[in-house]
Formats: sequence, C-alpha cells, structure tokens
Amino acid sequence: MKVKSVIYYKIKKVSVNVLIHLFLISVSVTCLLPLIWMVVSSLKTQETIFRDMSLIPREFHFENYYHAWIEGGFGRYFINSILYTSLVVVGIVVISSLAAYAFSRFKFPGRTILFIMFMAAMMIPIPGSFVPLYVLLNKLHLRDTSIGYVLCMINVGLSTSIFLLKTFFDKMPKELEDAARIDGCNKLGIWWNVALPLAKPVLAVVVVFNALNVWNEYVLALIIFDSKHLMPLQVALMTFQGEFITKYPLLMAGLTITALPIIIVYILMQKYIVKGVTQGALVG
Amino acid sequence: MRIKDTLENYAFVAPAVVIFSIFYLIPFLYVFQLGMFEWDGILPTKTFIGLSNFIEIFTQDKIWWNAMLNAGYITLIALTFQNAVAFLLALACDREIKMKNFYRLIFFIPPVLSEVVVGLVWQWILDGNYGMFNTWLRGIGLPGLAHNWLSDPNTALTAVAIVHCWKGFGWGFLIFLAGLQTIPRELYEAARVDGANAGQSFKNVTIPLMIPVAVLVGILTILGSMQAFVLIIAMTGGGPAYHTEVPVLRILASMRASSRFGYACAQGITFGVILVAISFIQYRFSKKERA
Repeated sequence: MKVKSVIYYKIKKVSVNVLIHLFLISVSVTCLLPLIWMVVSSLKTQETIFRDMSLIPREFHFENYYHAWIEGGFGRYFINSILYTSLVVVGIVVISSLAAYAFSRFKFPGRTILFIMFMAAMMIPIPGSFVPLYVLLNKLHLRDTSIGYVLCMINVGLSTSIFLLKTFFDKMPKELEDAARIDGCNKLGIWWNVALPLAKPVLAVVVVFNALNVWNEYVLALIIFDSKHLMPLQVALMTFQGEFITKYPLLMAGLTITALPIIIVYILMQKYIVKGVTQGALVG
Repeated sequence: MRIKDTLENYAFVAPAVVIFSIFYLIPFLYVFQLGMFEWDGILPTKTFIGLSNFIEIFTQDKIWWNAMLNAGYITLIALTFQNAVAFLLALACDREIKMKNFYRLIFFIPPVLSEVVVGLVWQWILDGNYGMFNTWLRGIGLPGLAHNWLSDPNTALTAVAIVHCWKGFGWGFLIFLAGLQTIPRELYEAARVDGANAGQSFKNVTIPLMIPVAVLVGILTILGSMQAFVLIIAMTGGGPAYHTEVPVLRILASMRASSRFGYACAQGITFGVILVAISFIQYRFSKKERA
C-alpha cells in the first residue's frame, strides 16, 4: 500500500513536470520561430523565398547581407542608429546623474518642486506629443538634424533615469563622500570620483534601458528626419518596405541587422534588464 | 559663499531642467494652445476656433471613436489572454524546475525587439500568398482556414492584437514572477502544515498576495495597449478601410495626411484625458481592494 502510493506520487509529480515543460517549451517555440523564420528568409533569394517554405534553405545566400548593407543603405542607417544611441545614452547618464545627485544630496530652494515635476512627467501620458514637438523643432531649426533628435531622445529618458539614480543615491552611505570632502574634493569631483563609480550597478540599468529605447524608437525619428542619410534603422526599414515591397530577402536581412545587436546586448545584460523591469514596475 | 554654494547646486540640475523645459513642458503647454486653433502647420497665421476641434471630435469624427473601440478591443485581449498566459508562465517558472533561466531568457526576447521589426516579420509570416502561417495551416490539413489575415476586415484586428500580445507578454511574465518570488515560502509551509492542499494554498495564499501585482500589471497593460500604434503601422498601416485604426495613428494622420495640427492636438488632449481617467479609476479600485 505504501509502496503503491509512493509510486503514485512519483508518477503524478513527473507527469505534472512534463506537462509544465511542454507548456513552457511550446511558448518558447512560439517566441523563437518568427525570428528563426526572419533569419531563414533573409538567406533565400528573390526566386526561392516564395516557393521554398523549408526551415533550412538548400543554399545560404549570405550575399543578401552585403546587398542590404551596401545597396539597401542599411550600413549607413546602422551607423546612424549606433551614433544616436551612444550620444543619447552618454547624454542621459551625465545629465540625469548630475541632477539625481543634487536632488539626493544638496539642499536648494525649489528642490522638491523640481523633482516632483520630473516624476509627474513619468506618470502623465501625452499621446501625440510629437505634434507640438515637430512645430517646436521647426521653429528652433532643429528639425531634420541629428542634434534635434538626440536632444528629444535625451528628454524621453530623463525622468526615469533620474528616478532610478536618486533612489540609489538616497540609500548610498555618505561616509566616502565626507572623506573626499575633507581631502579637499569639490562637489563636481565628488560626483565624478566617488558617487558615479559607486553607482555602477544602477548606471548599467540606465544605460541598457535607454540604449534599447533609442535603438527601437520610431515615431520621433519619423517626424524629425526628412533626409534619408540621417535616418536611423527603424525609419529606414519602413521606408525600404514601402519602396521595395517585393524585395523580401533584403528586407529580412535588414530586419536581422536591426534585431541582432539588440538580442546580443539583451543576452549579455540580461541581469540588468530584469532588474530594470522589476524596479521600473515599482514606480507605478 | 552661500550664494556660490546655491549656484553650484543649481548648476547640477540645470542641464536636466533646461532640456526638460524645452522638450517636455513647452510642448505640453503648446498642445493645449494649439488644440484651440485651426492650423496647417505651415502658414504663419493660425485661426482661433475655440472648442470647435473638440466639438468636431465628439460629434462628427466617427473614425476617431471607431479607432478608440479598436484600441479597446486590443487592450481587452491583452488584459485577458496575454496576462493570463503571462501569469501561468510565471507560476510554472516559480517552482523548482530545470531550465528556468532559459525560459526566462526566451520569454523576454519579443519585448526587447522594436515594434517595427516585430510588425514587419509578422506581416511576412501572415502574408496571404506566401506566408509561413498559411503554408503551415495547409500542412496540418486546414487549408480552408488559410487566407489573407491582415487584409480581411474580419481577422485583421484580431491578428494585430495577437501579435501585440506576443510582443508584450514577457513584461507581465517578469513582473508576475518577481511578485511570486517575494511571497515568503514559510506561508506555503504553514498552509501545508494546517492541512491545505495545493489548490487551497493557491487560493488563500498566492491569489490574495498577488492582487496588487495584478492591478499594477493591469494598469501597465491598459496604458501600453491603448497607445500601441507602431506595430500597427508596420503590419497594416491602419487598414483595411480603418479596421485596425487606433487613436495615436489618427493623431499622426491628422498631422501628416490632413495637415490639421490643431485638430491633432485636440485629439491628443482628448485621448490623454481618457487615459489619465482610466488609470485613476484603476488606482482607486486597487486602493479599495487593499483596504
């Protein structure tokens, strides 16, 4: 009797586990299959892509990537995206850490109200804010310029980054900064030499999140850039798709070029992304 | 010395405040001003028309409210289907099973991709003639179901909504999982000692402790899904015949296609107020729930 029930529980446990794994694996396959299909399609030719439905193509046409990179212009757009992403991320790290450090450590008139202002911006959605932004950038002669786009995107990431960094600085012990002050370090020196190095874990979250955000951004880039040579990848993909509706292998190569860096960064920085999502969720 | 000190402090926040004022505050106020004008975005003169834009939205703009319904439909599917899947996956990954980290890694790949990439890939998969999905349907013996998913008015919106869920469920999954992991294991232990079976401890321990997390995921889902539009631009562009139009897409169309900047701003304000109202109601609701 006892042996029987032990076996019964064992079988029950194993079958429950098998069912759970089946569920998890089927969802994983659903996640990965479209991306595998994207890569596979990028390796077929204009001829075979409409006929050959196999998951492993007979021939691998890696030259599609060369064509997409050179003739499709994706090389240019890729460099643009890299440039915008790095400029915005550097800008956000410097500007938001300066502000967050001041909000956390210094006392000055208007401190609370300014901080509340930044936090309110995080909560209040303004759908269609791209309309006045377009008008404003036109007036400032910043539309269709890289600097205009970079400044807009710095603003987009500012509130959340200030929030994350201020929360970290608030919990950070002040002893090291006091020691630096006694050694004759000024405020800027303490921020740079003491506070920033200690904040590395949050800075990683800030960097990764903003980098993903800028790389994937579409609508502001759409309304800001008219010149093709300034466009980042996301806008270029849509333009390419509109112009060459039938060039699917090249489009798929372009999509892979756009998605691959993100997936690599994600896999390498997974720890910080999970942290960012769960921390960001606590904001609400 | 005091003055120098204060000025130094302001210098720390100045860059952030300047950028924020120019690119957030001014546009924010500008929306309210422009909303009361008729303006094509080019001419130096704007015509003040008071609340006419808003009256037009509420009395004549059927496409706008239809777009609002479409967004509501997408949100409803995301709230139920997407979040149910996310919660079940989180439950499955919260126990001691192998490859937990692998699954977690995979589930968050769609959310890190851009909506343009996801939209264009799925558009290709759902293509009526050469799409993988139809080929697969024929392969498993359901050729009758194969058709052009994105240009059939009956299926386009649901197809878009499902892809939206595909892209978004990873967020809910991560937040649910983080929530489940904060539940102290001793509570389950205590429930078991008291003779509760798995179902009872789920009902009496897991569910009550997860309600605040569920409300949070709910708010994030509503705000995210109502405002989703880039995915739709990439998949259908709002077609066929306005069947997948959503509010932000209408705002973009008022601005770019119709050159009615004032009207676009009025639409933005209307939509923004609705969104704030929704999240406020949900917030109040969650407070009551907790009390």
